[in-house]
Amino acid sequence: MSQVPLERKVLSENDRIAAQLRGRFAQEGVLCLNLISSPGSGKTTLLERTLEAFSANQRVAVLTGDIQTENDAARLRRFGFPVRQITTGGTCHLDARMIEHALAEWRPGAFDLLFIENVGNLVCPASYDLGEAAKIVVLSVTEGEDKPLKYPAIFLKSKLLVLSKTDLLPYVPFNIAAAEDNARRINPAIEIVKLSCLTGAGLDSWQQWIAERRRGLEVRAELVT
Amino acid sequence: MHELGIASSVLHEAQQEAQKHPRARLRMVKLRVGEMSGVNPEALHFCFEVLVRDSKLEPLQLEIESCARQQRCPACAQTFTVTNYNLACPQCGEAKTEFVSGDELELASLEMEDYEPGAA
Repeated sequence: MSQVPLERKVLSENDRIAAQLRGRFAQEGVLCLNLISSPGSGKTTLLERTLEAFSANQRVAVLTGDIQTENDAARLRRFGFPVRQITTGGTCHLDARMIEHALAEWRPGAFDLLFIENVGNLVCPASYDLGEAAKIVVLSVTEGEDKPLKYPAIFLKSKLLVLSKTDLLPYVPFNIAAAEDNARRINPAIEIVKLSCLTGAGLDSWQQWIAERRRGLEVRAELVT
Repeated sequence: MHELGIASSVLHEAQQEAQKHPRARLRMVKLRVGEMSGVNPEALHFCFEVLVRDSKLEPLQLEIESCARQQRCPACAQTFTVTNYNLACPQCGEAKTEFVSGDELELASLEMEDYEPGAA
């Protein structure tokens, strides 16, 4: 019997494609954000409010993943920006190759802000790098405040936690301070935005978070040239 | 439940490596799976067995080394294993410690048995 050391990642093929995508986004000055949550936390609604606030000359695009149906793409297309649905046909997450395929039909330079709405699932999407600048985890106040402890991988890997549906706080036993504390126990560096897509409260902080990251890209581009 | 896809990636990588060793037969794949990887070792074992069963890879075994979360203290340079989500340094009490490891999903090694093609 002989031992052959390998010492490589299981998902090295996915990571290879994700690295190519990341390189391409950097070259084209694209900010790519990967939104992850359990089903029904309000990813699509958050994207609707987000697209609605952009003026038509903004170069924004969306890839939206679901197991079945084109419903989310139909909802998001109303705002006039390019949107593509990725139907995974059963797969519980998006992987880098799906993103590569979906982007192939768009010409380079068509957008400088790309939202990826992952399949509703707090577990599997955490394992797959899509070449994004940041993973963003959305947690609604109708879920448990202990979700960060139950699903630590995605909270560890996310740069931002969006606590959504805050308009429902008076009606649900959700301890928002405990949710924030739990998220920081898993990932002390995680940033947190609290918002309601229904009332609009907190959407400005979300828009500002995105705007700061877009400015960060511009500054880096100037430093390079 | 993405362990089936993970198991399939494990087998793909292992078989590619095994092709470089024509005089050996693949017997065991050794993985490292961190508790923060989002992958369930039990489910991964199950999916691996399903894929291997009745295939030419049988009786290939899977061994998983579970890896706990490790943090490093910037104040006293202590590296420690996290228990019960407590990220504070056990030595000096510093609350803000840095992530070191625990999200592994790695192929550590393969175990091969000498084998003469056509001899058996």
